[in-house]
This record gives sequence, structure tokens and C-alpha cells, in this order.
Amino acid sequence: MLLQVLLTGVLIGSVYSLVAVGLTLVWGLMDIINFAHGEFLMISMYTTFWLYALLKFDPLASLPIAVGVVALVGVLTYKLVVKRVANAPGLMALLATFGLSLFIRNLAQFLWSPNYRFVSESLLTDKRFIIGDLIIGLPQLVAAVGSFAMTLIIALLIKKTKTGRAIQATAQSKDIAELMGVNTERIYAITFAISGACVGVAGALLANTFPVYPECGAMYGLLAFVIVALGGFGNIWGAFYAGILIGLAETLGGFYLGTQFKYAIAFLIYLLVLQFRPKGLFGW
Amino acid sequence: MLKVNKLTAGYDNVPVVFDVSLEVREGELVSVVGSNGAGKTTILRAISGLLKPISGSIEFMGKRIDKLPAHEIVKLGIAHVPEGRHIFGKMSVRDNLLMGAYAIEDDAEVNRLLDRVYEIFPVLKEREKQKGETMSGGEQQMLAIARALMAKPKLLLVDEMSLGLMPLMVDKALDVLKHVNKTGVAVLMVEQKVQEALEIADRGYILQTGKIVAQGTGQELLGSELVKQAYMGM
Repeated sequence: MLLQVLLTGVLIGSVYSLVAVGLTLVWGLMDIINFAHGEFLMISMYTTFWLYALLKFDPLASLPIAVGVVALVGVLTYKLVVKRVANAPGLMALLATFGLSLFIRNLAQFLWSPNYRFVSESLLTDKRFIIGDLIIGLPQLVAAVGSFAMTLIIALLIKKTKTGRAIQATAQSKDIAELMGVNTERIYAITFAISGACVGVAGALLANTFPVYPECGAMYGLLAFVIVALGGFGNIWGAFYAGILIGLAETLGGFYLGTQFKYAIAFLIYLLVLQFRPKGLFGW
Repeated sequence: MLKVNKLTAGYDNVPVVFDVSLEVREGELVSVVGSNGAGKTTILRAISGLLKPISGSIEFMGKRIDKLPAHEIVKLGIAHVPEGRHIFGKMSVRDNLLMGAYAIEDDAEVNRLLDRVYEIFPVLKEREKQKGETMSGGEQQMLAIARALMAKPKLLLVDEMSLGLMPLMVDKALDVLKHVNKTGVAVLMVEQKVQEALEIADRGYILQTGKIVAQGTGQELLGSELVKQAYMGM
């Protein structure tokens, strides 16, 4: 039974990680926490749902579309909101993205009502492996593997490509990156697009198993913030490990203490870690 | 090749340099000297586009560049070695150098440039995989110069290269600049170390509290009463 709980934790943790990677990228580059990040996830889930409901697209087929949509939302968020407050004191950007998150959430409620909606039948629905006592749901497995693959792609992109080097350079010094010939405005927009693409992938994969409603991204956004802080701001692999950790804490806590405590455990870990390691478990 | 014409520039509209005019000709090594706070860095930041002038103009190879963003100016052939080196500390030496060649599209050309700077600075080849921040101050200065050379500049701007370096390293860094200059790259350097900077310069300018108060060949300035009194304590 313990094994089942651990497995469930790792699988959901992998998705949390990917959401957090998107958040940590923007933080690492601009020292800005995007409070609308959870709402980006919600947009991805609605995109997946509507493609399913109206056009009979399977969530796996609509994944690239959701990625494109949320990447675009990311770019627009940078150009229309963040860019205007980028040079203002740090709190301004935080408040601006917080306002944006409320706006997107309420817009979704206005347009699509607060009702829960489900992708009730997809390629993966109700498919599962059974190995001995272990039950592995295919939607959860695909979500976890897909999320890990995307995390890996992002890490390689940052480390190995010319654009990735430019993102690293801009994160360390905007002025010096400009002197190298980097159009840093473009790098900011690209990074918001990559950040959006991360939640685009996560949202499409989550829509297989979770209900879609205007508030559905809120808890993920909050958990992602916790994970980013635990993993060390701007640290991709730190976010990955911290995401798995939070997934495990949540399922273990939920199983042994009761589901009503599952998020409390995650946030308690956050409070404790911040007391002793304010720069996160994997911070420098 | 570079003409700075009546440049007034500063921060938040408060001028730091006033009506500065200076010129760098093809192949020259020009020094702007003056004490801390005279505005030397401000002039270089205005030339490379990090700072928009309040008034005046800057021309490079006959083209006005004072309205261009910094990332466009480097493509025209001006590379800037910033004060305090400012290498990318968390990136490897090699990645730092590749950033220097960011504006160059042709990979084969980038590799040629990499081989060339490794030839001039063998220590960078040895440290290629090391993170920039783990190197000594002198090595970081070499890396900052090498990184600027990766951009294939026609004009190299060098800000306060001697800052925080021990005298032996300063001499070494100046030798490197002379060598680079001999390969046909014009150099505009700003320095607090007045004597060293004027000794190697073809021409020089003296900057005091934001204004140019004297100019001439390096030798003329070294012999002038102004320099002797103000900077050499004679």
C-alpha cells in the first residue's frame, strides 16, 4: 500500500514540477513572480476541454494547440502587463500579475460559468496497468512522463542552445547581454512563451483526469510558488525535485492523516524549510 | 571612425558629462583619462547604447548610432569591455566566449574566432569548462577582453581595465590591448591610471568633472603641466 501511495505522489509531483519550472524560469530571468501562472494552467485546461467538447479532439491531440495558446497568452502577458511595470519597484509586478489572475479567473467564470466540466471520454480514460498490488492509471502515467519529458526539454534548451545561453546571460545581467547583441526585450517575451508552454503541456495532460472550472488553476499556482521557493528561485532541477517532494508529501499526508490535510502538509513543509533555508532546499 | 559630438549624458536627466567631443580614427589607440567620478564610464555607456544621450550626437563609420539600442550597435562593430569585468559568472568560460559572438550567425566563423582567442589567451582554453566566477580577477579581465574580441569588433571600448588588478596583471592586460590594436582594431580606453594609459596611447583626452580639459598625443599630455600637477603629484 505504501508503494501505491509513493507512486501516486511521484506521478502527480512530476506534473507539479513542470508547472513550477514555468514559474521559476520567469523568476530566474526577471525576479518577477507571475501570480497568473495558475490561470495560465486553467486556460490550457479549458482549451483542451473545448476542443474536446466542440471538435471531439482527444486531449493528447489538442496538447500542441494548448501549448500554442498558452505560449501566446504568456507573450501577451509580458507585452501588455509585465513590460509596463518591469522597471517599477518589485511589488508592482507582483500586484499587476495578481490583478491579471483575478481578471482571467472572473472572465472564465463570466464566459463559461463556474460549472465543473469533464473530458469524460478520451484515449486514456479508465485505462490502467495492474502490477501485483499496484494500480497505475494510464492518464496519470502519461501526465507524469509527459511532464518529465517537457522538463527535460526545457532544461536542455536553456543549457545547450544559443537562445538558452542568451536567457542565462540576460538573467545574470540585462545590460551586459545587450552589449553581446542580445535583444533582451525579445528574450523576455520568449521566456514568457516558454513558461506558458510548460503549463500548456501540464494543463492538457491534467484535463484527462481533473475537472475544468474557473478556479482549477489556483491551487496549482499556489503549489508551484511553494515548489519554486523550495527548489531555489530560478533553479530548474531544484523545482523538479521540490515538485516530486511536494507530490509525495501531499499523498503521504493525505493517506496517513486524512485527505483534508494533504495541502496543509505541503504548506507546512514550506514554512519549515523557509525557517531554516530561506533560499530553498537547492538554493545557493 | 568614431565621432562623439557635443555629448551631454547622465542619469535620470541629470548630466554627468557636458559637451564632450572626441574622435577615434581608424587603427588608433585613444585613452580618456581622469579621476574617479569624472564621467568616463558614462561616455562609454553612451557610445555602446546602454545610455541614451541627453543631447549631442555619436557617429560610427559615418552613421548616427545614438538612437540605436545597444544590441544593434554591437552588430556595427563596437564591442564594450565593461567596468568591473562583468563576465557571466554562472556560465562556463566557453559559453561566455560564445555569448561574445552572439551576433555572428555563421557557426564556422564562431569556431574560427574561438580558436583565435584561445591562441591569444591559452589560459582560457585550459579553463574552458570552468565557471567564470571561479577564476581570478586577472583571468576574468582576460575573459572579458576575449569575449569582446569574439564579436569581431572594429572598435573596442575598454572601461577601467586596471581596476582591482595587481600591477603585474595591469601590465599584462595593457600588453594585450596593444597587441589587439596592432591587429587593426581601434581601441578607446578610459582609465584612472593616467600614466600607463597615456604611455601606450596614440592620442589622449583629459576629463575633469564631466568636461574635456585637454587633448593631444599621449606624449604631449604626459609632458604637460596639467597632467604633472593634477595626476602625478609633481
